[in-house]
Amino acid sequence: MSSHATTARPAAAPHPAVAGAPEAVLELVTVTKIYPGKPPVPALRGVSLSVAAGELVAVLGPSGSGKTTLLHLAGTLDLPTAGTVRVTGLDVSMLGDRQLAGLRAASIGFVFQQFFLAEHQSVLDNVADGLLYAGVGLAQRRDQAAEALQRVGLGHKLGAKPTQLSGGERQRVAIARAIAGEPAIVLADEPTGNLDQATGAAILDLLGQLNQTAGTTIVVVTHDQQVAGRMRRQVRMLDGRIVSDTAPEAVAAWPDATGERMAGSPGRPEGGPR
Amino acid sequence: MTVTMSGARAPGRPARLRLTDLARLAVVGLRTRKLRAALSALGIAIGVAAIVAVLGLSSSSAAGLNAEIAALGTNLLTVQPGQTFTGTAELPIAAPAMIARLPGVYQVQSTGSTNVNVYRSPLIPSVNTNALTVNAATLGLPATSGTSVAQGDFLNAATAREPVCVLGAAAAQLLGIDKVFPGERVWVTGTGANGNGGMWLYVAGILNPDVLSPDVDSSVLVGFPFAQNYLSFDGNPTTIYVKATDAQVNAVYNLLGNQANPENPGGVDVSQPSNALVAQADAKSAFNTLFLGLGAVALLVGAIGVANIMVISVLERRSEIGLRRALGATRGHIRIQFLTEAIALALIGGIAGIITGAAATAIYAHGKGWATVIPTDAWAGGLAAAILIGALAGLLPAIRAARLSPTEALWSL
Repeated sequence: MSSHATTARPAAAPHPAVAGAPEAVLELVTVTKIYPGKPPVPALRGVSLSVAAGELVAVLGPSGSGKTTLLHLAGTLDLPTAGTVRVTGLDVSMLGDRQLAGLRAASIGFVFQQFFLAEHQSVLDNVADGLLYAGVGLAQRRDQAAEALQRVGLGHKLGAKPTQLSGGERQRVAIARAIAGEPAIVLADEPTGNLDQATGAAILDLLGQLNQTAGTTIVVVTHDQQVAGRMRRQVRMLDGRIVSDTAPEAVAAWPDATGERMAGSPGRPEGGPR
Repeated sequence: MTVTMSGARAPGRPARLRLTDLARLAVVGLRTRKLRAALSALGIAIGVAAIVAVLGLSSSSAAGLNAEIAALGTNLLTVQPGQTFTGTAELPIAAPAMIARLPGVYQVQSTGSTNVNVYRSPLIPSVNTNALTVNAATLGLPATSGTSVAQGDFLNAATAREPVCVLGAAAAQLLGIDKVFPGERVWVTGTGANGNGGMWLYVAGILNPDVLSPDVDSSVLVGFPFAQNYLSFDGNPTTIYVKATDAQVNAVYNLLGNQANPENPGGVDVSQPSNALVAQADAKSAFNTLFLGLGAVALLVGAIGVANIMVISVLERRSEIGLRRALGATRGHIRIQFLTEAIALALIGGIAGIITGAAATAIYAHGKGWATVIPTDAWAGGLAAAILIGALAGLLPAIRAARLSPTEALWSL
């Protein structure tokens, strides 16, 4: 599957560029994603986005705008139909399933709207399981998990079962699981979608705080204007395209919010943020 | 592929799951769905239990029989008249005495069959003979033929001349006599020269079942002198029981024909009863095939149960699979997790089955007074079968789980 994507990728993405760009944790270059079907559904139409280390980014858009697809691709859970996705400088389409899994284990943390916690396991083990596939031994997994839970303010509930926690606490556990391995980037999919206003705000505060104090790179995907409003950088999406980006250089690159740019015509010069 | 990576930071190589982690993963599904896991393991348990119990019981019964044979000794030889052209040959009256002179022979006892029939009372119709025989017996017969007196006394020099009898175990049962009391008697007919007439025989004792010489069981034994005087018995022995020292058994076996009837050695049948019993012990196991087949069917049903629960499990746990993929599990990690879970499920069933089968065998063998023998083949085979079944049943669901795309698994809820 990767070979197919490779041939479809425009030759405009030279490999050497990979080497010298440590600060761009996530980089999408004219990424197109078309879901096969009758008719085929284009979810992303030539999206380019670069997230540097230490950024806190909101990807905002209504449902169907392609923001979830963007998250899939950024999280290497899916591969682009065309274009290049680089995570920590590695071209995703060049990696096999095993290497992608290794990349996810080491460099990407996920936070989901539904939390996805195992009910029969303690909070500590839920978080420790986040490191299971990174090749960390059980004792160290638990140590790191306990530390991560301290950081999200749940150091006193290590032995609790997720069913004994409130929604906000559950999401904190999920966040602890995402950051326990100190990944290069944390991808959060509607992290406040299942929470009430106040709890959601507290979760967003936590994300902001993690970003500020530990420099964790966080991308939050949301449809909620208010949620996005709390982030320093906001990327708006509509119909599979990025229509605005508040990053200084990105704003310059997209003066026209309704731009007709298509896949294969990158909206900003290659290597701009470097 | 490697070219592009050369300049970049090496991507995280997927970690190998440690065995302890794999074991923890394998029981996740079982711990969360205990009842369902128990029910599907039950099928495997029943199959394995059936196989272990059948093999264990047949081994234990063979061991019991062999122990019995060993206790009785394999040094008993019997001499009987063989077939000749003119009919059944006879053994000379002097045969026991001549056999006793062979080196290595230390016990010789004999019985001789009479032509009378025995009944509980004169009121029993004469056709109801129960196929019992009335035999003249020498006084040391039980110890040599392989039995002992259960109740009362055996014949002695005095009672051997009188209308007194001792009942073999089967004969006592068929005559409806389970106790010896003074005045207890049975009726024999055909005592007269012309086949008429009858008389009472007083019962002196009852013998235990004779494992090596079943002929004794269905006999009513009287003394030689009495039989010759009152039952028209000609005095020719029909079975001679010979015990030889273990070292000499084979030599004695070869000489018995000539020694018993030098005039007509071909008219003598010599046999070693323990051989027949060993063959019998082996033959019993042939009957087990049916039960083994039933056990195999139960195992098959159990396997389908495991496959079924695993397929359902994969469907139900899509989000878990998706989450694990997001956390960095490779397809291989997912596959091995579900495969190990199926194997663990079958293994639990297999172990429970082995314990149940062994317990059933132990209880039954204990009741029968046998040693409990669970052949290695039985429990190791049961365990191996369980693992194999788990692997086979879990393979397809595991492959399906691994093929699940992470995005579908996570976002299709």
